[in-house]
Amino acid sequence: MLYDIKLVIRYDYATPAGGGRHLLRLLPAHLPGRQTVRSSALTIHPQPVERRNFTDFFGNAVTELSLPAGHDAVAFEARAVVDRLPQSLPQTDGALTDLPALLSGYLSIAPDAPHHFLPPSPRIPPDAAITAFAREVVAGHHGLIAVTEALGRALHDTLTFDALATTVDTPPSEAFAKKTGVCQDFAQIMIAGLRGMGVPAGYVSGYLRTLPPPGQPRLEGADAMHAWVRVWAGPRAGWIDYDPTNACFAGEDHVTVAHGRDYGDVAPVAGVLRIAGGQSSSQAVDMVAL
Amino acid sequence: MDPLPLPLPPLLAGYRPLAGVADELLAPDGTVRPVWAGLLAHLSATAPEGWAQRFARGDQYLRDQGVYLRHYGESGPAEREWPLSHVPVLIEESDWGDITRGLIQRANLLEQVMADLYGPGRLVTEGHLPPALVAGNPEWLRPMVGITPRGGHHLHFVAFEIGRGPDGRWWVLGDRTQAPSGAGFALENRVATSRVFSDFYPGAHVHRLAGFFRSFRNALMDLRAEPDSRVAILTPGPLTDTYFEHAYIARYLGFLLAQGEDLTVSDGRLMIRTVAGLTPVSVLWRRLDSGWADPLELDPASRLGTPGMVSALRDQTATMVNALGSGVLETRAFLAFLPKIARALLGQDLILPNVATWWCGQPAERDHVAANADRMFISPALSTRPPYEDGQDHRPIGPLPDWLAEHGAQYVGQERVTLSTTPAFVDGRLRPRPMSLRVFLLRTSQGWEVMPGGFARIGRGGDAAAIAMQKGGAAADVWIVSPRSVEAATLLPAGGEVARRGLSVLPARAADNLFWLGRYVERTEGILRLLRARNARLAEGGSAASPLLSGMDPLLTVLGVDPNEGIPQGLIQTLGAAIYSAGAVRDRFSPDGWSALADLDKTMRRMAQRVTVGDDAARAIGKLLRKLTGFSGLVHENMYRFLGWRFLKLGQHHERAMGMTAILATLADPTAPEGALDLAIEVGDSVMTHRRRFALVTARETVVELLALDEMNPRAIRFQLDGIRDQLSHLPGASGRGSTVALSRAVAALHSRLDRATPETLDTAALWTFRADLAALSDLVTEGYLR
Repeated sequence: MLYDIKLVIRYDYATPAGGGRHLLRLLPAHLPGRQTVRSSALTIHPQPVERRNFTDFFGNAVTELSLPAGHDAVAFEARAVVDRLPQSLPQTDGALTDLPALLSGYLSIAPDAPHHFLPPSPRIPPDAAITAFAREVVAGHHGLIAVTEALGRALHDTLTFDALATTVDTPPSEAFAKKTGVCQDFAQIMIAGLRGMGVPAGYVSGYLRTLPPPGQPRLEGADAMHAWVRVWAGPRAGWIDYDPTNACFAGEDHVTVAHGRDYGDVAPVAGVLRIAGGQSSSQAVDMVAL
Repeated sequence: MDPLPLPLPPLLAGYRPLAGVADELLAPDGTVRPVWAGLLAHLSATAPEGWAQRFARGDQYLRDQGVYLRHYGESGPAEREWPLSHVPVLIEESDWGDITRGLIQRANLLEQVMADLYGPGRLVTEGHLPPALVAGNPEWLRPMVGITPRGGHHLHFVAFEIGRGPDGRWWVLGDRTQAPSGAGFALENRVATSRVFSDFYPGAHVHRLAGFFRSFRNALMDLRAEPDSRVAILTPGPLTDTYFEHAYIARYLGFLLAQGEDLTVSDGRLMIRTVAGLTPVSVLWRRLDSGWADPLELDPASRLGTPGMVSALRDQTATMVNALGSGVLETRAFLAFLPKIARALLGQDLILPNVATWWCGQPAERDHVAANADRMFISPALSTRPPYEDGQDHRPIGPLPDWLAEHGAQYVGQERVTLSTTPAFVDGRLRPRPMSLRVFLLRTSQGWEVMPGGFARIGRGGDAAAIAMQKGGAAADVWIVSPRSVEAATLLPAGGEVARRGLSVLPARAADNLFWLGRYVERTEGILRLLRARNARLAEGGSAASPLLSGMDPLLTVLGVDPNEGIPQGLIQTLGAAIYSAGAVRDRFSPDGWSALADLDKTMRRMAQRVTVGDDAARAIGKLLRKLTGFSGLVHENMYRFLGWRFLKLGQHHERAMGMTAILATLADPTAPEGALDLAIEVGDSVMTHRRRFALVTARETVVELLALDEMNPRAIRFQLDGIRDQLSHLPGASGRGSTVALSRAVAALHSRLDRATPETLDTAALWTFRADLAALSDLVTEGYLR
């Protein structure tokens, strides 16, 4: 499936900012066999005084930039044409009970090694309540794909999607206690549950095509950047993507931008700037199937 | 206990090392080790009372230098006397040679481990290090993976904690590679101890430390990219418990002391914000934990870092001593694997063993720890704290094997170490106390150089676990004693080097603190003068309700001072603000100046307890004024005219002009009560001058002439403006900032207004307007130089 993706993120400051430095992870990743980027471009207003690209530890493309002092608004605009290829689930996943042995035999700290995704990460500390919930709902399942699906469905059934209930900094324990949140909360709760059971799991940011209801035109700009989960299903199956917000494995509707241990590793816009007053921001995404 | 063989000096009566513990002073057969003979004889030649006097000499030195032990508990920062154990630890040169070889081998090993962990990761793939200990390690910083440090080396300055076991062998207790502290304290301990033993130390063949610091300075200078770039010491700031050491060593080595906010990354280069604009810094000696160094790519919660720091290192425009992420080498569980890693990487066994350690994430090791639990110390596997700071054994209440089976990966078992003892003076007698040493290594172009000495920790009681200074332990100097005489090195460089150092660079934050130090010190003086005059009048029978005194009160209340307190809290707070500013520039500030302010503060607080308004307060304040004059004298007479001094003076002139304008506007107002003009003259310290220049009667014209327009009177407004103009003319104006031009214009405008003014035209309204324009200068200074 071929998509034309457009994202605009805008920040407005009450008083002019005194210069700032940002890292952007906004453009779709090139993932051979999974998604192919035909073209992509990133436009920034105002014009940065410095701009460069690098690849982070997990292999994500990052744009690093420095903005001039005295700007009172900044806009980041990402555009890409991406071919998302269909994929089927692997047949040879590992078993939950075999994980300790599978992991201790996996001697690597390369970026895709599962060991990075099992320990607590800055935004996803261990959580007893989530782990207990996870253990309960996966009881009777052995294969890691089945375990993933059981936990994902249970979370989807338990949590209510509410765009206003949480913020970007709400910890998973709090969102879980409230039983509500957005895709970021769904993903971080699921990761906490998986890690609690000894399953390596990571965080994926990307774009999702929202299918229009039958007979209605697609609403432009209604979408935001999306987030889902990546699960290590054993050395042979490798990584599989699951979207707990929509209770499905990530498929042709999901276009990956970046992945890491939690939101902090993939934040679309990370930045440090000197501002005195408040700020407001807005985000708009169009993902149109061509 | 067996009786000691004779003859031992009486000083050693009762000196009994514990059974099964090595002692530095006494050999296993109970005889005095030869290296101690000289010091013992020297000690024996003086009565114990004499020693108290000599020890006091060392303590006084440390107090004068401002060396205190700081800790940050629940009730905020607290200080206590630096706990110096006056008897040094003596180690024979030949013994030291073995330690040196072992530690150099270990430093080389750690460099290779570091290069692998941030490079190919072969130690993990080849099974020498479990992946969980790296991937789950908060000190392993993923953004640093794949970044090759400029010059190729990750480690430049490391320390090792070592101790001597019961068999007399030295053991490595822990690796300190993140940002090891203590080198500056080792130097201070040395100076203090050499003062205690001033008539013995010079001839005692003790290896000097200065040569090591000279090498250190040269090594850091040689790491620079270009000759015009700077070396800076990166500190977390005055709220860190080792800030004194950072400031001290910056002063001693002549390097800039920078905080994260002083630095910025511009076009991929690391720069320091100075009063003359951005200046490149290409070497940072980091005293800040890695994670805090860059909020953008490392810990986003950090307020101590520099956004873009990692980017500059990625571009290899700066050298970090040590590379960010070097804290991973301190991981306690690594001690379990380093002996095998040494064989794998170096093809050698470790010359100095480290504490036997077992990681409980492996079944066989876990079983071993469970089976030998009674002689094990169980603690977190990923801890990077020095062993003596982690006194608590982590052990469950239930059965150990079950607990380890579930949580083992998070723990290590370590053999309990019995440290050797060394003599310390306790209640007038020598007693054996447990000891560990911190030894420092520096990378030079010729390889690792070991500081001949170090930092010894001495336990308070017999318990080896209570060696931490926060828990009542003490610090001691370490003497490496040669059989021959040693080179008496100093830090002063040999010829030629001095000339190349050029003009100093003044970070904008330091200038800001000096400017405000000047302002607050001057404000303190202004308050003191007003209070003295007021209390003197009260003492002479005046009433607080009289028009004169109630008329001057606004001059004090506007500064937050309640005139009805003997020593007002507002006064103490104003001086406190000066001390806070001074504390942030300890590296640019003489110990004498610091002591003068601290002494003033102490006296003021003591007086505040009992001093009452009136005569009592007038006399007390007179005393405080004389003490403050001592500080001003130091600034004027002893401070080199660096740029920093100019900002201090700028602050003083500005504050004094502000104060005097307010005094004249209030006390020289035509409606002011009788006696107000005399009061103005007195507060303006110009009684005698007025008498000499004018008639005995004070009139508004003469007072305004003397305190506002007289360019010869150091209290006059005109004199302050001259001073401001003079200081500004020495500042770097060509920094390309438009605001420095605006500042000079504003000063010139005020100046010409005074030139044209007469006592008649300078009426109360004109004075208040003048003062408002004067106040705006402070913002222009900030705008032009201090951002």
